Amino acid sequence: MMKYLSAFCLILTMSLGALSVAVDEKPLADPVKEAQARELMKEIRCLVCQNQSIEDSNAELARDLRAIVRERIALGDSPDNVRAYLVDRYGDWVLLRPPVKTSTYFLWASPFLVVLIIALLLINRNRQAAAPAPLSDAEKEQLKALLEREP
Amino acid sequence: MAGELGHFALILALLFALAGAVAPHIGAVRNDATLMAFADRSVLAQFLMAVTAFAALTYAFVTSDFSVVNVATNSHTLKPMLYKISGVWGNHEGSLLFWVLILTLFGALVSWRGRKLPLRFRSRVLAVQSLLVLGFLMFILFTSNPFLRLDPAPLEGNGLNPLLQDPGLAFHPPMLYLGYVGLSVAFSFAVAALIEGEVTPLWARWVRPWALLAWVFLTGGIALGSWWAYYELGWGGWWFWDPVENASFMPWLAAAALLHSAIVVEKRDALKSWTILLAIVAFSLSLLGTFLVRSGVITSVHAFATDPARGIFILAFLAVVVGGSLVLYAWRAPKLAPSGLFGIVSRESALVVNNIFLSTFAAVVLVGTLYPLFVEAFGAGQITVGPPFFEYAAAVLMSPLIVALGLGPVLAWKRGNISRAMQVAFPALVVAAVAGLVLVWQNAGGVVMTAFGLGLAVWLITSVFLEIAARIKLFRAPAKALTGLGKITRAQWGMSLAHAGVGVILLGITISEAFTSEELVVMAPGDTVDVAGYSFTFEGVAPVAGPNFTAVRGFFTVREGERVITSLTPEDRVYSNPAMNTTEAAIHPLFSGDLYAVVGEATGAGRWSVRLYFKPMISALWLGALMMMIGGILSLSDRRLRVGSPTGKKTAAQAGEGASA
Repeated sequence: MMKYLSAFCLILTMSLGALSVAVDEKPLADPVKEAQARELMKEIRCLVCQNQSIEDSNAELARDLRAIVRERIALGDSPDNVRAYLVDRYGDWVLLRPPVKTSTYFLWASPFLVVLIIALLLINRNRQAAAPAPLSDAEKEQLKALLEREP
Repeated sequence: MAGELGHFALILALLFALAGAVAPHIGAVRNDATLMAFADRSVLAQFLMAVTAFAALTYAFVTSDFSVVNVATNSHTLKPMLYKISGVWGNHEGSLLFWVLILTLFGALVSWRGRKLPLRFRSRVLAVQSLLVLGFLMFILFTSNPFLRLDPAPLEGNGLNPLLQDPGLAFHPPMLYLGYVGLSVAFSFAVAALIEGEVTPLWARWVRPWALLAWVFLTGGIALGSWWAYYELGWGGWWFWDPVENASFMPWLAAAALLHSAIVVEKRDALKSWTILLAIVAFSLSLLGTFLVRSGVITSVHAFATDPARGIFILAFLAVVVGGSLVLYAWRAPKLAPSGLFGIVSRESALVVNNIFLSTFAAVVLVGTLYPLFVEAFGAGQITVGPPFFEYAAAVLMSPLIVALGLGPVLAWKRGNISRAMQVAFPALVVAAVAGLVLVWQNAGGVVMTAFGLGLAVWLITSVFLEIAARIKLFRAPAKALTGLGKITRAQWGMSLAHAGVGVILLGITISEAFTSEELVVMAPGDTVDVAGYSFTFEGVAPVAGPNFTAVRGFFTVREGERVITSLTPEDRVYSNPAMNTTEAAIHPLFSGDLYAVVGEATGAGRWSVRLYFKPMISALWLGALMMMIGGILSLSDRRLRVGSPTGKKTAAQAGEGASA
């Protein structure tokens, strides 16, 4: 365990502050804004690729979108504003993180809903098992007879 | 000639499967031992026919017989032999034939290993298995025949998708298929039990090794696939929550739940109908996974071919198998009353918690994968459900699971004592909290999830060690601890190893996600770039010619200080048939992490765009997966788990109970 921890601490000290950027793309001068922009890029879909974010893709379009994201952020837009701008142009499809709205309420709630349903299903079934079945009339008679019988 | 032989063998197999799916049931109803015993002969015959057909197709691929359409479309004379062979299952028709081969193999194995099963039950199981074979063979013969001829035969084939020409991918599908199809055995056992109307602890003991075997293969298949993505796709990513990845992950989750719920059936005669349902669902998810990628609904490298006739057949087949088994379940399952009791705080309850979260996760992954289709179908626009959603679901559902996972094994069976369990597990909680806090303190802000993930991983790994320590009474009677170590059964070692594997994977995920260093730069020969303390010097490029590709190979020397660590030679390949560009990353694993280099396009004046990474602790992912597989195999090799082994139920129960006391 200690080995893991010490290796881990080593890595931690080595890797802090190492942020990278493509050379053909100028990072923003403000590191806070650049970090914001890169965080956002991870959540924007590369529209011509299969399931890749624009951060991961070399496609022309991804490059253009990266430039747009940086430009907007540099101009002082918040990440939410940039998202709204991209959705305006390309629709919700461009967001890898589906927006919370009427059509996605169920999606976002699904982990909680399903866990509840399955938990109820499982616990309820075993509760039933735990409670012994009520005695039938004949059995009650029998029990009564047994109890009343003096030894 | 070989083609016709294979075709003929498939038709024979279909007839055997038809007879094998019907006759044993008649035999079981009429109590006719001969008819029931026919099931054994039928599955053996199906297997031999499937082997013949598969051998025939392999022969056609190896000899590049382009008069077979399938070979002409998917092979090429210049392809290396390994990929000629892996090309057999690297296409739609061939992969289905491979499915049937494994399906019949498992049928034959059940017949062989299950000699001790009651004849009536075994014949029912094999009949269900034969029914599945029948469905697949009909699908192959009517819509996806790999033996169709082409006249005139072309001189050269079209070749295989170069992305698939890779050693990792040559073995990824067979592993995955062994897992998918292995779950068919659990399914057949479940359906047979429903027909017979009885589930006993013995049933769980029969079914568990098969579920475990399937799970081990699924683990291996998924790990290979993710390793492939890591070094072949060139982004350094290893999991994308792609629909196809999800399709393999869902059965894995269900199989993991099944393994655990079967324990409760075996020990306590409870959770019976739930376990049956899981067995049905796990295989249904396998089928969905197999077909989802082929239906054309979802496109990816895995979608070999799309054709509406196939889509209809697939839907019908899914409806029959999934719908049919669920209807049977709804009808028969209420009869399966649980008889065993267990307290709220007990190992059984911990296993119930395990089942709740694993199966919920499987369901949520399914919801997330199909959600865009539903939203579109209801006219609510197009949305993408990407990694952020699945990561959210994983965080919500897996964190409580991992907490329970640390606690479960130290709880006693039947009636546990939470405070006694906490005595064992408490130090793990402290270690985890400290590890998490250290991290937050070192790098305040923005790393809560990292701290949390690390804390969970440490909690899990520590509690595995503490559980072993408690079992051998390391702290109470250290002198005798060594003898205690010898008494631990293989199944228990397997459990500990697999659980620790989960922790190791979590550690790898958390650290590599949070601390990867990446440089995307343009370099000229002689340039040096520093990545996470390692200096990468670009020495230049050279052209390379492979059997069916040409490539540019980049040369990098990596130094730490003055010391040369390694040289990396990534390639940028251009395949000729079909024409396609692929990247071959160069990776050098160190103990602390992977050095990773990818060479991209020339940008003029002798300069090349390259991506260089240092990915800390990423190997922990594959190490953890390996630990889980070995854990599974250890557990499988435990004598008392073997089907038909003469060990009495009493000793088995004692072994389990004694260990946790």
